[in-house]
Amino acid sequence: MLNTLLLWVAGVVGLALVLNAWRLVRGPSVTDRVLALDTMYINVIAMIILLGIYFDTSLYFEAALLIAMLGFVSTAAVSKYLLRGDIIE
Amino acid sequence: MTLYEWFIAALLVIGGLFTLIGALGMVKLPDLYTRLHAPTKATTMGIGCILLASMLMRLDRNEGFGIQELVISLFLFITAPVSAYMIAKAAMHLRVPLQPGSDPHRLLEKARDQQPPQ
Repeated sequence: MLNTLLLWVAGVVGLALVLNAWRLVRGPSVTDRVLALDTMYINVIAMIILLGIYFDTSLYFEAALLIAMLGFVSTAAVSKYLLRGDIIE
Repeated sequence: MTLYEWFIAALLVIGGLFTLIGALGMVKLPDLYTRLHAPTKATTMGIGCILLASMLMRLDRNEGFGIQELVISLFLFITAPVSAYMIAKAAMHLRVPLQPGSDPHRLLEKARDQQPPQ
């Protein structure tokens, strides 16, 4: 019962990913694309956690933690680059 | 299904719905500054609910307390506002256009002076 619900919620998160990808492709300015990527990595974390519960393995949570850290670092680096034209001065 | 499982199911449904609402906001809202609201609020709430459901489910399966979920949620709750702030500041200095009809240009000039790009 709960496993079926997990798959449905994963489908909803997948739909959210598709909508974010639409904004990533369409986005009029470059900051829109950065924002869309930022939202996409958060959605990917949600998806990985749902699949981790579904397959009953704790290996996926390490991957989610890595994606969370690298996603924030990449968003901060791209924003800094857009702001200054350089990342580390 | 027990009451505990119903609670987990409700958390999962709320999490999925909030994630979808955040993505809909990304598509539907008119300009970047309003679009910043969707992922920073709705999506953070959604992933918080999903992580809480995961923690409760692992407690139910006797796999111990989910410290990894706690770390992920803490990290996301700290970093989401910071990244939104950095994106908004970059957009302000790149002069990303506002929605037609809104007129805070005087305030924007003042904000650009007070927040130099550094």
